[in-house]
Amino acid sequence: MNLHGVSALYKFEMARSRRTLMQSIASPVISTSLYFVVFGSAIGSHMTEIDGISYGAFIIPGLMMLALLTQSIANASFGIYMPKFTGTIYEILSAPISHLEMLIGYVGAAATKSIILGLIILLTARFFVTYSVEHPIWMIGFLILTSITFSLFGFIIGVWADGFEKLQLIPLMVITPLTFLGGSFYSIKMLPPFWQTVSLFNPVVYLINGFRWSFYGVSDVNVGISLGMTLVFMAACIAAISWIFKTGYRLKS
Amino acid sequence: MQPIISVNNLSKTYDTGFQALKGVNLAINPGEIFALLGPNGAGKTTMISIVCGIVNATQGQVLAGGHDIRREYRAARSMIGLVPQELSTDAFESVLATVSFSRGLFGKPPNPAYIEKLLRDLSLWDKRNSRIMELSGGMKRRVMIAKALSHEPKILFLDEPTAGVDVELRRDMWELVRGLRDNGVTIILTTHYIEEAEEMADRIGVINKGEIVLVEEKHALMEKLGKKQLRLHLQNPLDQIPAELSGLPLELTNEGNELVYTFDSQSEHTGIAGLLRQLNSHGIDFKDLSSRESSLEEIFVNLVRGRS
Ligand SMILES: Nc1ncnc2c1ncn2[C@@H]1O[C@H](COP(=O)(O)OP(=O)(O)OP(=O)(O)O)[C@@H](O)[C@H]1O
Ligand SMILES: [Mg+2]
Repeated sequence: MNLHGVSALYKFEMARSRRTLMQSIASPVISTSLYFVVFGSAIGSHMTEIDGISYGAFIIPGLMMLALLTQSIANASFGIYMPKFTGTIYEILSAPISHLEMLIGYVGAAATKSIILGLIILLTARFFVTYSVEHPIWMIGFLILTSITFSLFGFIIGVWADGFEKLQLIPLMVITPLTFLGGSFYSIKMLPPFWQTVSLFNPVVYLINGFRWSFYGVSDVNVGISLGMTLVFMAACIAAISWIFKTGYRLKS
Repeated sequence: MQPIISVNNLSKTYDTGFQALKGVNLAINPGEIFALLGPNGAGKTTMISIVCGIVNATQGQVLAGGHDIRREYRAARSMIGLVPQELSTDAFESVLATVSFSRGLFGKPPNPAYIEKLLRDLSLWDKRNSRIMELSGGMKRRVMIAKALSHEPKILFLDEPTAGVDVELRRDMWELVRGLRDNGVTIILTTHYIEEAEEMADRIGVINKGEIVLVEEKHALMEKLGKKQLRLHLQNPLDQIPAELSGLPLELTNEGNELVYTFDSQSEHTGIAGLLRQLNSHGIDFKDLSSRESSLEEIFVNLVRGRS
């Protein structure tokens, strides 16, 4: 096991985000604060409680999920895309480091950043609303699991992308809409029956509801299914990445 | 002697369908400086990239220090340092950070004293805290050399190390390469500067269109293929070589002012005496003459031209 190699990659990625601290941490915090001001305070004061939870508190898990998904993908995809773009990937490919070790370095760093970010958002929320976390272990568990899973997904996007537009494409066209429509800001029970059924095909619904359950003990869907969905998606990402490494797809010619 | 690198029947066909290597065989001896020459697109970078693990081979086998580069990639790659042809670096990293990163990536524990010595040897120590984007091209090239040497490799690949490097720095680099060789590092370099190969290499390989055309000890190569030229500066310019002399290896250059006679320096019978007699009988006078051995460059150009 090339531990020095893993740690070099991990530290390199963490150092990169320290250099872009504004972008990595500050901008999600600012945008989350804006969501709280707009949805939590301005609109939320006109909203009734959902499942006995104030609207401001209700949206916290959804907001965290929104940030976790987009930032995990952004960090991990950028992390592997940049060396491909600048050509420095030659060094990583020529190093005595296994694929798994390389993955631990990149995805580990991206997931770490997301977890820190999620916790920062949670702290930021304290300034706007009061909330409680009913199942803290599960909350941390979902936080870590989601960060790793979507960092894996981001890694795939970073390998696949051959231009900066493609890097943005999936987060913008798929992830953000699914998250907004996945009940970040509402309970899907508030929708007409038809749209409730449609929503059940949105995987992000399960992520958000599982996470919300860890906070408040309420969920629109079965929490077991939430956990299962996350694990299935994670397994799918790992399978895709094994294929990438085996064939050298867009990494090696 | 057991070769430190052996390339066996190596072929590479890119996804485009282009075959860049066609069954290459090559053995590199430990401790030598091997120069790989060949025109643009010959397959030099492709071969190096396969040995280093950056490109997958289509067929064939490569051993580095006796380790199969695929099955025992850790052992093989730990021995190898690579300075690629393209200058690619992390613009925002500092010199010291990027070189230390490379060492870690190759599985070596930190060794600040070694890194300091390396940077001093490459005249980069003063720039250690500069971001790479603030360096000149020649400095960046040296940073890439420092990265390649950061993990103390036994084998060093230099893919056109002196492209775009000024004369002084080139001399420094030659010095550095010799120093490495004296410390037991095996060096494989590619270059388009023939003088570089002539100056540095112990052995020379020529590759053309994905095939190794020749591998030879440098001096032997120059002797074996060395042609001598006799250059006659004529008293009166000629329009053309007289028909009676057309069977001889003669060439008229410099607007008819010079007659160049090419002969094999190894041969018993150079034919010079006969040539001079014939010129005399045709009334061709010359005011001066000079002779010289052909350079490696000419040998190389002739080889590649002859095969294509
Ligand atoms: N990724 C690739 N996909 C398709 N063809 C490629 C690829 N890389 C190289 N080639 C082709 O393979 C051939 C050999 O290229 P290579 O880079 O090995 O040449 P080289 O000997 O290093 O040339 P140079 O002296 O210009 O550096 C060229 O014809 C090139 O176009
Ligand atoms: Mg090349």
